[in-house]
Amino acid sequence: MGLDRIEQDGFLVTKLDAVINWARKNSLWPMPMGISCCAIEMMATASPRFDISRFGSEVMRFTPRQCDVMIVAGTVTYKMATVVRKIYDQMPDPKWVISMGACASSGGMFRSYSVVQGIDLFMPVDVYVAGCPPRPENLLNGLIELQRKVEEDRTLGKLIHGEKLHVNEAGQIERTAVAA
Amino acid sequence: MNDLIIQKLKEQFSQNVEATNEFRGDLTVQVKKNSLLKVGEFLKSDPDLAFDLIVDVFGIDMYRPEGRFEVVYNLYSLKNNKYLRLKIVVEEDDCSAPSVTGIWVGADWHERETYDMFGIKFTGHPDLRRLYMPEEYQHFPMRKDFPLMGIPDSIPLPRK
Repeated sequence: MGLDRIEQDGFLVTKLDAVINWARKNSLWPMPMGISCCAIEMMATASPRFDISRFGSEVMRFTPRQCDVMIVAGTVTYKMATVVRKIYDQMPDPKWVISMGACASSGGMFRSYSVVQGIDLFMPVDVYVAGCPPRPENLLNGLIELQRKVEEDRTLGKLIHGEKLHVNEAGQIERTAVAA
Repeated sequence: MNDLIIQKLKEQFSQNVEATNEFRGDLTVQVKKNSLLKVGEFLKSDPDLAFDLIVDVFGIDMYRPEGRFEVVYNLYSLKNNKYLRLKIVVEEDDCSAPSVTGIWVGADWHERETYDMFGIKFTGHPDLRRLYMPEEYQHFPMRKDFPLMGIPDSIPLPRK
């Protein structure tokens, strides 16, 4: 990009979105929503062998107020759905959701009256991770996929009243509407 | 030991013992519903039998016109290292059974579970609420006429 200019002039020109997204994607703090056996694999992902801190996500916080990404790891029953949704609602924006494993993504083997057939029936999901339970490598893969998604996010344009701002050649600000 | 149990029960409750069955050393005794408390009290207090532990209580939906439900009590005697299966029949139109929590306190949550799944009301239970399903839920999932995937919209999901 302009690394040679950093050496010469001491500054760098880039898009604000790129800087914000770069910072965001490398410190995704997870909310560990460990409900059943997938949570064991999620804990293994944080262990030294797999080491989720290589991706800046080792700070598992047990309060939703400090988290960016909720990892729903396990079977969500109808009774639990209300709780999961309540915790999701308490997380500050911007926030993302990883649906870990077959149960969270589709109800899995529990085709039954008590299990929600996929958490996307009551909350938005960004990344689905396959497996029953998924290996820690697979959860890391899901995290990397999420990082790619965060990287491409156009935060600034959306933040200002659903409009994208663009400075044209005459130096005037142009506004175009963006679907929220 | 099984013969002793049958003999003692028949001495005490000849009218109320409806059937006995032995399968590979496991004894099952079916008694009349209104005599359940007396039989239970006797099985626990008799010094030779001493069935002082309740292991499990559960229901069965036989799905037949008469005697639709059964309630089964698994008892255990610590003194004799002996299990006993006590059984009663509950009719659909009188869907209740006497609570044995007065005899074995441990039956409390087992009876709540049975009520939750089959809708059998245990009269005299201290706190007969649902155990698994939401309290406002209207149906009984373990009944044979309950659909596998449940009744649509019977449990509300959070708004997306």
